[in-house]
Amino acid sequence: MDAKDILGLPKFPLPTPQEKKSRPQKDSQRKPDGISREVYALTGGVAPLMPSIDVNQLKKRPQPENEKITWEWLSFTNSARKDDLKLYHWVRVVNGTPPTGDYSFAKYNKSVDVIKYTDEEYEKHLTDPTWTKEETDQLFDLCERFDLRFVVIADRFPSPRSVEELKNRYYSVSRAILTARAPSPADVSGHPLVKEPYNMSQEIERKRALSMVLSQTKHQERKDAEILSEAKKIMESRMAAKASFILDLFPALDAELAVTSNASPEGMEKTTAPVETASPSNIQTASGVAPLMSMADNAAAAAASLRTLRVYLRTYALDQMVQAASSSAGLRTIKRVEQFLQELKVNLKPKVPTKAVCAEHLELRKEILTLLNLQKLLQNKEEGSSYREGSYTETPDTPKRGIDQDRTFVPDSVSFGAISTERVAKRDQKRKGPGREAPSSPAQSNKRPRKLKATDS
Amino acid sequence: MVRSSDDTEKKNLVKKLKDVEISVPIVYGNIAFWLGKKASEYQSHKWTVYVRGATNEDLSVVVKRVVFQLHSSFNNPMRVVESPPFELSESGWGEFEIAITLHFHSDVSEKPLHLYHHLKLYPEDDSGSLSVKKPVVVESYDEVVFSEPSENLFARVQNHPAVIVPRLPSGFSLPSVPAEDADKRRRIDPKDNPLTQWFTNFSEADELLKLAAARQQVQAQIARVRRQLTLIEGQHQQQLKPPSEL
Repeated sequence: MDAKDILGLPKFPLPTPQEKKSRPQKDSQRKPDGISREVYALTGGVAPLMPSIDVNQLKKRPQPENEKITWEWLSFTNSARKDDLKLYHWVRVVNGTPPTGDYSFAKYNKSVDVIKYTDEEYEKHLTDPTWTKEETDQLFDLCERFDLRFVVIADRFPSPRSVEELKNRYYSVSRAILTARAPSPADVSGHPLVKEPYNMSQEIERKRALSMVLSQTKHQERKDAEILSEAKKIMESRMAAKASFILDLFPALDAELAVTSNASPEGMEKTTAPVETASPSNIQTASGVAPLMSMADNAAAAAASLRTLRVYLRTYALDQMVQAASSSAGLRTIKRVEQFLQELKVNLKPKVPTKAVCAEHLELRKEILTLLNLQKLLQNKEEGSSYREGSYTETPDTPKRGIDQDRTFVPDSVSFGAISTERVAKRDQKRKGPGREAPSSPAQSNKRPRKLKATDS
Repeated sequence: MVRSSDDTEKKNLVKKLKDVEISVPIVYGNIAFWLGKKASEYQSHKWTVYVRGATNEDLSVVVKRVVFQLHSSFNNPMRVVESPPFELSESGWGEFEIAITLHFHSDVSEKPLHLYHHLKLYPEDDSGSLSVKKPVVVESYDEVVFSEPSENLFARVQNHPAVIVPRLPSGFSLPSVPAEDADKRRRIDPKDNPLTQWFTNFSEADELLKLAAARQQVQAQIARVRRQLTLIEGQHQQQLKPPSEL
């Protein structure tokens, strides 16, 4: 009571009984028939927005009342069978009369019409040096029994013959019989056997190529994709160069271009075909050629595209050539080139871009690129050698030696033999006494001011 | 280098000179004068945007007309200049990008060429007080390159001072086309144009010198690095010697 006072609730629970009465009423109103209360609650107690299937339809099948349905265990025959075996199954009987008609699955018993030849026909058309009549007969018998499933036939064939050989023999015999029996060649020319003859060697090649492609490793796949894209790029740049010349050449030369443009797609296909068969030699040469061509090609492509323009600004031309020259370099390298130029007090874009100035600028950029590459190479070589040189002088420095010993694999151009000999030499050095420095190291240390060396003096 | 052609005259004139390019050095930019006392809020500067030959030569030998596309707030923002000097004067207060389109004569090129220039009215340094007498001048040098020009065009312009033509190989004969009269050429006397005094003189000599010096430096560094590399190679060779020597 006090609690109700505090909460400010009405003391006399007048409205509540009314609520209770109305609630069950509402519930029964809201719940539709056909769905249980729990299921209805799943949807949140609200009727579905979309009209659902009328529930009344779900439970019963349209049952015509005038018929009497019974189920009987009856025997049946299967027209697909050659014997007269009678099996039993449940049958839906309507009004006492059993259903008529063939076994419903009999229609699926399809078979192939394998040609049957007579002995005379064999003598006349079908003799073959590699096949005896006996073998051919056996082949055809198996074909009939196994519905031209050549894998099974090859397995069952008494003498060892490959699937392709069997196929070849079967199809050529069938074709020969067909053409022999036909009243005129024109009649059979439409028949698929005659129109597209089986080509055994092509099939063998195709299956081999397929198996090679399927058994390719991921690595190989990636390399192939790279080579193909390179080839495409080369083709495209060549086409662009050709197109630029053709624009104003005489019409007589247009025919030439048509020929060349036809040839190059074929060339593309030729390159793809060997790649697909994955012959290693082709891939080696292709990959070797592609990177070499890309550098020179970029410059040539840039020059060609400028020529197609006919009218352009010198600054634009310079931009294109700079881009072409630094196409192989990453963004960071390009930034370093620009930094270098600034250090040399050269404008990134020449203030007076005459022909001579632009040429000089381009050459300068190329030289800077070369310098940066050489510096990187030098750094790599130094780092490679420092791992070996460092241990000579730092004999008391155990951790570093430990690192060197762990480095069984040095990604350098020096062979393994060299490393092992050095280790032997190092051990010899140790025996001679600590603190002894190899004669060549001082020269090294001059060149590597950055590397910290605990030299024993 | 020249392709053998049919003997029709038309084809002769259209015949292109392969691997030949002619270039026209141009300078484009603007000069802006502060109006000082006469300046109002919307007309603080009087400026002129122009395209000229690098040595103040007459560009009409190749250029038919120039179209300046101004800011949309101007009346008739597309201004066409049909005859030299190819310049446009206006007054205003704001700086914006002007699209300059060079249309060439039909024997020079069918396609126009686009340039872009940012109109500058105020001097670079903020502290610099605006002076009525000294204008703000911003110019850019560039060269218009015509690659593989027709023989006709080449003959027409080969003696014109505005155009740089390369030397053709000896024994090369061009069809005789009358070059333009010297009188007609110098229609624009530099003395006529008051702005000439403010034009910058672009000389490539300075830039060439700097570039040559830079190249020398880089080449010296390359040589040095190369030497270091061979030195390291030599040391690698030493290390490969068998330890029997120790």
